[in-house]
Amino acid sequence: MSGIARPETAEQLRDLVAWAAAEDKSLEIVGSGSKRPLGRPVRADHVVELGALAGITLYEPDELVLSAGAATPMREIEAALAERDQQLEFEPPDYTRLLVAPTVAPGAGNGQRNEPAGSIGGVVACNLGGPRRIKSGAARDHFLGFHAVSGRGEIFKSGGRVVKNVTGYDLSKLIAGSWGTLAIMTAVTLKVLPRPEKTRTVLVFGVDAGRGGEALTAALLSPHEISGAAWLPAPLAAASRVELVAGRKSGVAALRVEGPGPSVEYRCRALREELSGFGPTEELHSNGSLRFWGEIRDVLPFAAPGDDRIVWKISVPPAAGPALVGELAAEDGADAFLDWGGGLVWLALPPAPGAGAGPVRAAVARTGGHATLLRADETVRGSVAVFQPEAAAREGLTRRVKAAFDPKGILNPGRMYAEV
Amino acid sequence: MKMPDPDQGVIARRAEIAADLAAIVPGDGGVISDPDELRPYETDGLTAYRQPPLLTVLPQDTGQVRRVLEYCHDNGIKVVPRGAGTSLSGGALPLADGILMGMARFNRILDIDFDNRCVIAQPGVTNLAITSAVAHRGFYYAPDPSSQIACTIGGNIAENAGGVHCLKYGLTTNNVLGIEVVLMNGEVVRIGGRHLDDGGYDLLGLLTGSEGLLGVVTEVTVRILRSPEKVRAMLAGFPTNEAAGDCVASIIGAGIIPGGMEMMDRPAIHAAEDFVHAGYPLDVEALLIIELDGPDQEVEYLLERVTEIARRTGASTIRVSESDAERQAFWAGRKAAFPAVGRISPDYYCMDGTIPRRRLPEVLARMAELSTKHGLRVANVFHAGDGNLHPLILYDANNPGELESAEALGSEILKLCVEVGGVLTGEHGVGVEKRDLMPTMFSEDDLKQQQRVKCAFDPESLLNPGKMFPELHRCAELGRMHVHRGQLPFPDIPRF
Repeated sequence: MSGIARPETAEQLRDLVAWAAAEDKSLEIVGSGSKRPLGRPVRADHVVELGALAGITLYEPDELVLSAGAATPMREIEAALAERDQQLEFEPPDYTRLLVAPTVAPGAGNGQRNEPAGSIGGVVACNLGGPRRIKSGAARDHFLGFHAVSGRGEIFKSGGRVVKNVTGYDLSKLIAGSWGTLAIMTAVTLKVLPRPEKTRTVLVFGVDAGRGGEALTAALLSPHEISGAAWLPAPLAAASRVELVAGRKSGVAALRVEGPGPSVEYRCRALREELSGFGPTEELHSNGSLRFWGEIRDVLPFAAPGDDRIVWKISVPPAAGPALVGELAAEDGADAFLDWGGGLVWLALPPAPGAGAGPVRAAVARTGGHATLLRADETVRGSVAVFQPEAAAREGLTRRVKAAFDPKGILNPGRMYAEV
Repeated sequence: MKMPDPDQGVIARRAEIAADLAAIVPGDGGVISDPDELRPYETDGLTAYRQPPLLTVLPQDTGQVRRVLEYCHDNGIKVVPRGAGTSLSGGALPLADGILMGMARFNRILDIDFDNRCVIAQPGVTNLAITSAVAHRGFYYAPDPSSQIACTIGGNIAENAGGVHCLKYGLTTNNVLGIEVVLMNGEVVRIGGRHLDDGGYDLLGLLTGSEGLLGVVTEVTVRILRSPEKVRAMLAGFPTNEAAGDCVASIIGAGIIPGGMEMMDRPAIHAAEDFVHAGYPLDVEALLIIELDGPDQEVEYLLERVTEIARRTGASTIRVSESDAERQAFWAGRKAAFPAVGRISPDYYCMDGTIPRRRLPEVLARMAELSTKHGLRVANVFHAGDGNLHPLILYDANNPGELESAEALGSEILKLCVEVGGVLTGEHGVGVEKRDLMPTMFSEDDLKQQQRVKCAFDPESLLNPGKMFPELHRCAELGRMHVHRGQLPFPDIPRF
């Protein structure tokens, strides 16, 4: 028997997993399927689609909490939050356009997502976080609790619906970023926060990676509560759909300032003055900011029609990022830009069977950090380590933790590591 | 409180073990075996429970920690890690047949890295010392548990410590970037560093708040934040708990997240005012301290809006701090709430449940009923922004049966927290204190899954056993799978 199972309740899912464990059948776990091209390719006996486990079950804006079925579409979550002027503060990225490069230019022509793809469970399972990661954390930092079915075919829960909770191990952290390899989430609870009243972005022009990185660091050392700090080289800036960013045809450092109106105006003014030594400055207002940070968040500089390059997501100490741009993106056809104040290097390399993993891993070994092969065709993702290889002691822990939840190794086998 | 039965064989080998450990951690003060010198280690912040350890060992570097753990692992000896011993849940309560591993000598800050906005410290460095080390450049470490002058950063990781600024700046887990940890078998694992996230399973998130049951932390990297330009506080008194709760909800509903938002009930207000004369109004049922921090203009702007909300929700008194000294005075009463209560009662027992905030008036009303039923007074201080409640139960341990009554009242309060959708502990940890209440919040399967995680780190259950879990299961038993082979596979599930 092979096929797609669509459990309608947590109990059905439990029965399904218990059966699969007994029969040694492996399962690929799918919410909406938008993240299937991420990670190592999964070869499983059956596919479990969780689409029926959807819907917002609790949303209390003044308690800053939302619970929903794991497969609840992100568009539904974001719409409900927007109605009450709230948001998921970790700014979940939508890599759809990066992963499935459109063959024609998208009609909307801006970085704003009208309809974000994916499900809330998928966002949590991959522990994604956008540019606001530097200030507010990733999905893990806003994930309060969940219900799930383990690979043993048992229903269990962890966490709760309150922000402050240290009752028992924080399994929410472990499940966030486990890519469906430990348990299948059926319901999730997240902390939500008010949307900022106003958003502006200070742009500093004419800066290369080194100077740009210094500008980002200077801003992050200031008391102006920066919530986004990115740098684009001239060619990528020129391709932005935000006119003010593209117009100067130079490298640009961008710093986002959010908050109540008077505060934002005051901080932008102060920042422009403090950064004036780096180059000419400009300011994006709310709409321009929204569009620009949407481009950064969703990695749109590497999602142009026909762009089939390898994409690496490299997290390093922020001050080490700028040097990696010069080092790793020197070859023809390579590009890199920075987010997270320099701590996140987005690197695009011409397609190659080894995905350029050697130099990337060597650089990360030197600076500290980790690199993920985010976009590559399935063959490459099957043969090159997609996630950062782990040292022996940690690798042992990873295997034992996996076995603690999924002793038969039936959930998303191979998604993270060849044998996990 | 039932602890695991002591291993008499280990106790009999005490002298031999002391000598072996002294070979690993040589020099004065490396191993403590004198009964008088062991006494300071017999309890932590939860002083109702006392048990001198078999021995105390005070290693100085990761190599010694590794070798001590390896030795204890190979010889089947239990180990209890300890930071400064400020845990309020008995997390560092020793075992009669266990080594207490004190981390006090890991007291150095290893690196201050402003460009990457982080500090690398040994685990025995105090929470406040991290802030002190970076204050000259206008930085600080955000989580600020009230014991911050004494508690260590390693202990903060074990307990996932909070503080009054959690709502805006997160708990320890949101502010730690990396750790070095030694497992019970002596393996050294490094997780994270100066960068964000770490690929792989989030073992950093798992270890934070694991109460010393999974590993011993030997190095910590935390992120530091720029201190806010301005901080101002407001005192707002309300005629009812409902009105104060309403004010808190309205502030958050208006999209404002204050740096701190604390509430005190009438008994707590009076105890604090009598003690420190902070200028609290005495004719109110509930008092809010609302602190706004951030850029200059933002604080002024938000203060106006919060004042307006407080008025609208029925505040009978409103005072805004005009100087930093006045702001500190507002806080003095709240920060002294525990000792203040200690003045009006020979003993007090501090609880730590979290509830959905809107259930507060109901929970306070029912708590008053429980207080009458048990004949013990309760004063409440409350991290109002995030629903973390600290009822202080007043009792006198010299009156026979009163400690037991206080514990019974405490556990009824915590059950009430769980019943209204909250949790047993918001920031103090489970430890031994709330261990036996875990089943009120978790099913047997929930708890077994947590214990399987423990097995992945410490299969012989030698590290801090008897804490967190009401029942100790053997890992082999936990790992067993009950397979139902031959059953019809999920007949009800639509598929194609």
